[in-house]
Amino acid sequence: MLQLDHLALRQDDFSLTADWTVNAGDRVAVIGPSGAGKSTLLAAIAGFLPPASGKILWQGHDLGAVPAGERPVTILFQDQNLFPHLTVAQNLGLGLRPDLRLTPADHARITAALHRTGLEGLGPRRPAQLSGGQASRAALARALLRARPILLLDEPFAALGPALRAEMLALVREVATETGALVLMVTHDPGDALALGGAAIFVADGVAHPPVETRQLFDAPPPALRAYLGPK
Amino acid sequence: MASGTGTLTLAIRPPNGVRRLPSPLWGGDGGGGRLARLLALMLLALVTAPLIAVALRGAGVSLGPADWAAVRFTVTQALLSALIATVLAIPVARALARRRFFGRGALVTLMGAPFLLPAVVAVLGLLAVFGRSGLLNRALEALGLPTVSIFGLGGVLLAHVFLNLPLAVRMILQGWLSIPAERVRLAQSLGFGPTQMLRHLEWPMLREVLPGVALVILVICLTSFAVVLTLGGGPAATTIELAIYQAVRFDFDLARAAGLAGVQVAICALAALAAWGLVRPAGFGAGLDRQVALPAPGGWRRGADAAVLAVATLFLILPLMAVALRGVPGLADLPPSVLPAALRSVLVALTSAVLTSAAALALALAAARRPSALVEGAATLPLATSGLVLGTGLFLIVQPFTPPMTVALPVTILVNTALALPFLYRILLPQTRALLSDYGRLADSLGLQGWSRLRWLVLPRLARPLGFGAGIAAALSMGDLGAIALFAGERQATLPLVVQQLTGAYRLEAAAAASLILVTLSFALFWACDAGGRRAAA
Repeated sequence: MLQLDHLALRQDDFSLTADWTVNAGDRVAVIGPSGAGKSTLLAAIAGFLPPASGKILWQGHDLGAVPAGERPVTILFQDQNLFPHLTVAQNLGLGLRPDLRLTPADHARITAALHRTGLEGLGPRRPAQLSGGQASRAALARALLRARPILLLDEPFAALGPALRAEMLALVREVATETGALVLMVTHDPGDALALGGAAIFVADGVAHPPVETRQLFDAPPPALRAYLGPK
Repeated sequence: MASGTGTLTLAIRPPNGVRRLPSPLWGGDGGGGRLARLLALMLLALVTAPLIAVALRGAGVSLGPADWAAVRFTVTQALLSALIATVLAIPVARALARRRFFGRGALVTLMGAPFLLPAVVAVLGLLAVFGRSGLLNRALEALGLPTVSIFGLGGVLLAHVFLNLPLAVRMILQGWLSIPAERVRLAQSLGFGPTQMLRHLEWPMLREVLPGVALVILVICLTSFAVVLTLGGGPAATTIELAIYQAVRFDFDLARAAGLAGVQVAICALAALAAWGLVRPAGFGAGLDRQVALPAPGGWRRGADAAVLAVATLFLILPLMAVALRGVPGLADLPPSVLPAALRSVLVALTSAVLTSAAALALALAAARRPSALVEGAATLPLATSGLVLGTGLFLIVQPFTPPMTVALPVTILVNTALALPFLYRILLPQTRALLSDYGRLADSLGLQGWSRLRWLVLPRLARPLGFGAGIAAALSMGDLGAIALFAGERQATLPLVVQQLTGAYRLEAAAAASLILVTLSFALFWACDAGGRRAAA
């Protein structure tokens, strides 16, 4: 399980606290207004921002000294999830071996991941030759290959239209099911949070609140969330 | 869907818009950071050790009246060169900014070339046009007018304007092209004539740009050596660099050389400090041809612009054509010293290009990740020195152990590396910053570190500026005549030194032929590196 133990994050005059636990395999949406600190929270878990105080623990181990690349984490950013100078297959290969010394077995896994995400035959292409949806699929295919137990999604589908976003969410659920990963997904859209299923964390006023079952949260929102969602 | 992180990322970014990443422990790359610090220390040592040697030897040396005359001449000629080149560049840049004509792109490109043109070649070309038996004097004689001499202050200024006018034009042109299109359209809709345009749009821009342009040229001319070696000399026209050279080579008065070097460092440091603070990145790079529709007034202004461009083009092209015309026949019987000298020069140029690029890349990567006074200092300090100053210091250091001649080429490589480093560092720094902010976290999250990071992220993404920078370093090193003049004997001479010696002996045809080879090699090296970088990036 992922435990945020009296965690406090600080950047200049911004601060965020969190003190809760989520279990392996959970699906958790992270919602809240712009600037509340949703991305900062994910950045801290991914290893880009050292805690000001408190700890981040995975299965009881403190991640404090673990560099980003060695954490049990795959993260998808809002954009720049693929290196534009490498082919799609090489981008996926980085998920297996950062030095890209790939064995035939690795290549077979890459082909399978491309197939699994509906990108058959696109391995030799450059990211610039992909559509937005295909690029998102490629990033998810790499997550599938890395199979890390925590999958962090920092609004990677924000630029996609509603239909494509629904498609990607379905793919996220499948990838998570296959890898057994805990999903933490930042979103603005209550619909996306509900579609992910599971729980939701509301981030506002410097606090990342403990997870609550999503449907329940939206049915009886606390005042700050009600203000964020606006009148129905 | 709106961005969820907009305000936050804005809030946590430092004011210059560069995302500061956490310490190496968190961003990975701990080894790279250590390597860069070690490298920075080595570079600092490379520059400071000669300075200390100079200080130890030069302390307490009292400079004679001739030396102070050299100091005065150095400052005077640099100030005048900067002033003249900058003022003359204004109408050329303005004509280029507001006129569209066939060959304009080629002319802008041509303006970039003299930065890489070996000074010895420029001097030779100017001799062919303005020298004792040059085109100008033959024309004057034919008309029964008195001839002019290219030697002394006038010749030094002529050569410095020739070498720096194009740089000034490109920098000022950039200023013109950076006037916002909206403001130009506003001025047009208000019915501004050329006078009002000048007063409200162009003059404010010039006031901002010109001091920087003049300072850059000032810094370049303060350390000019090759030009003064041929066109200057004597009590009336000796610069500090030349005085250092003469003190070492002819008088073997190392203490006096050290004293002069100390004065040179003090002057250069002041000028470099002023320039570094004031100047925006120089316009010798590519991609300087954004189209802005500046109003192009007709009438006499049209004719004046055409005349300005024609004169400037002739001034820049005639000397080079003269070298080419004189050189081609001479190619058949080149002095035997040319070929080995060319090989030495290529070796020196390639080695220092590789060293400079690698060092600048390591320093820029470290500085992009975390601002560091050590790295910044190591990358900037060489600007306060010159080829002759570093050369003198290294001469003092090696002389007790070995005849300086035996280490002429390694010393030249080190000096060229140190002197080109600040330019390459400045070329690479913005690109490494962009690389880090675009892909740093992705690479970190994938565990892309060390060699893999270099191989799969840094080199492919930075191939273009690296190739361009390596090309600049190679061409500058290829054409440089500085430290080598202090150290080299017959068997260590590089090609610029051979050209200079042939010019000095007034064997102008052989000098022109050797120059042709020098120029061809310089530009070939630049082109090969630059094109290689672009191909690797594609």
